[in-house]
Amino acid sequence: MEQPLTSNIDSKRGPLDLQGYEKAGGYAAARKVLTQMTPGEVTELVKKADLKGRGGAGFSAGLKWSFVPMGDDAPHPKYLVCNADEMEPGTFKDRVLMEGDPHQLIEAMIIVAYAIQAEVGFIFLRWAYKVSERRLRLAIQEARAAGYLGENIHDSGFSFDLNIHSSAGRYMCGEETGLLNALEGRRATPRAKPPFPQISGLWGKPTIVQNVETLCNVPHIINHGAEWFQGLGKTDESGTKLYGVSGRVKRPGCWELPMGTTIRELIEEHAGGMQDGHAFRGVLPGGASTDFLVEQHLDVPMDYGSIQKAGSRMGTGTMIVLDDQHCPVAMSVNLQVFFARESCGWCTPCRDGLPWIVQLLQSIEDGEGKASDLELLSMHTKYLGPGHTFCALAPGAMEPLQSALKYFKSDFERHVTEKKCPWN
Amino acid sequence: MLSDKQRREVLDELEHYPTKQAACIEALKIVQKHDRWVSDEAIQEVADLIGMSAAELDSVATFFNLIFRRPVGRHVILLCDSASCWLMGCNKIRAQLVDRLGIDYGQTTDDNRFTLLPMACLGTCDRAPAMMIDEQLHQDLTAESLDKILKATE
Ligand SMILES: Cc1cc2nc3c(=O)[nH]c(=O)nc-3n(C[C@H](O)[C@H](O)[C@H](O)COP(=O)(O)O)c2cc1C
Ligand code: SF4
Ligand code: FES
Repeated sequence: MEQPLTSNIDSKRGPLDLQGYEKAGGYAAARKVLTQMTPGEVTELVKKADLKGRGGAGFSAGLKWSFVPMGDDAPHPKYLVCNADEMEPGTFKDRVLMEGDPHQLIEAMIIVAYAIQAEVGFIFLRWAYKVSERRLRLAIQEARAAGYLGENIHDSGFSFDLNIHSSAGRYMCGEETGLLNALEGRRATPRAKPPFPQISGLWGKPTIVQNVETLCNVPHIINHGAEWFQGLGKTDESGTKLYGVSGRVKRPGCWELPMGTTIRELIEEHAGGMQDGHAFRGVLPGGASTDFLVEQHLDVPMDYGSIQKAGSRMGTGTMIVLDDQHCPVAMSVNLQVFFARESCGWCTPCRDGLPWIVQLLQSIEDGEGKASDLELLSMHTKYLGPGHTFCALAPGAMEPLQSALKYFKSDFERHVTEKKCPWN
Repeated sequence: MLSDKQRREVLDELEHYPTKQAACIEALKIVQKHDRWVSDEAIQEVADLIGMSAAELDSVATFFNLIFRRPVGRHVILLCDSASCWLMGCNKIRAQLVDRLGIDYGQTTDDNRFTLLPMACLGTCDRAPAMMIDEQLHQDLTAESLDKILKATE
């Protein structure tokens, strides 16, 4: 089984240094791109490989780059931003890549910067990732000393330098345009689109924002080609995926596996099944902002299309498993508290609606709910859904709630009729 | 008052960005690294230094979880209370912290040793429950390990 993104990662030792990375074949893709390919060829290749965004939305990476203005008239400087904010509850995959193989991310950013002809890069890094920060800073120094970053990289005429911004924590900083505002030293509220960041992003200049894992695929696509990449998946979708499992399973963790590995295989084989005394009840397949799936969906392949057909989303591909010893209503309270706290307050449905939902859910959990409250909750999942808010935070918050109301309906009803939480 | 060292560090930070305002979060973090929190006076001084209004800088400062606009203790405990840690028992850890330290979320011990705050997912959900004390991550927390960690953190 091929595991291109994690083949250099060995948790028993630190990450490869520059020499080790080069010895393992590293920076060959960057050299090839800078000396033998045009920017347009790089973009076309990645488009053909069908590399979809691994940060949540699943948009084609190559297609996004093709919207960046190119040629002599294009505004400069252009920017490439790596989204390493990773704050979605249940998600810990980008950390694995940055701590485990920092040079892979740097090489990827050189290649993508070349494809869009960006001269400045930022890694927008989650403040909590102290180890990632140390290792990335060291790797950037090494890369700069070896001439992979800076002016006129390896005599190609192309210049690119890379900075780390370590932020000060807020889920909204992961939202593409909120992130751009945060980088400019503003509150991380989102921006109206259009104009899209590809045209007018950081300081009004063309900007591409891409997730860590998305980027890390790029050197391998350059080295092995689009067909190879397409062949990695188990289904008709391309590549490998970093999948994660957390919750009451025997061996929580993160693994690089073929795209389209089933939920059952992830939970039962890789995560070792449920802990003794805990039975499976449901799963948020792609982090906190994705719809619950249940027993009947265990054989769904984890690819973008299949999960969507089952009624949820790939999201980040890192799942949270709910077991029978935990109350689905209490878990819903926990999730909505997170979203309410992290709302940026820009638009009314989200700013006022989420705290209201938390209160209502908490009263149901406390045994003080009425039957009509469930109806009310259900209506509000629509009012805060797509199309009513400025960004995807509130609609994302509604995904686990609307699906909990559907699949755990009888649990909600028992709280109302028994006037207490059956788990307490 | 900003020390000369803080002032120099802030000015160094300005080099990395095309506008001064872009460095404002880094500047606040520099203040906080030395003072543990950001006072009204510091907001005014940083604002003057980078050419923002104090009100605008404060609106940025208060937006971020990790900029403290009130004094905190010598150590800040950030306990993850997001979904995976909740499933793995972070409420028990919280109860133990309340019991051992006599403070709950948002409070500081009388001896100024600890401030306790809830925090969103720390990105280590496979090793839950987790918390950070200052810059140090602690994973797979149990009743025993928590007591050991508290004892070792003077
Ligand atoms: C509230 C919110 C938080 C987000 N957080 C992240 C994040 O931490 N990391 C990330 O890569 N994408 C995050 N996204 C998705 C980004 O907006 C964007 O789609 C992504 O960075 C694009 O990169 P990709 O196409 O490579 O996935 C978030 C979106 C929303 C609405
Ligand atoms: S949906 Fe929420 S997080 Fe998004 S812009 Fe509106 S208030 Fe801010
Ligand atoms: S939920 Fe606690 S570390 Fe992710």
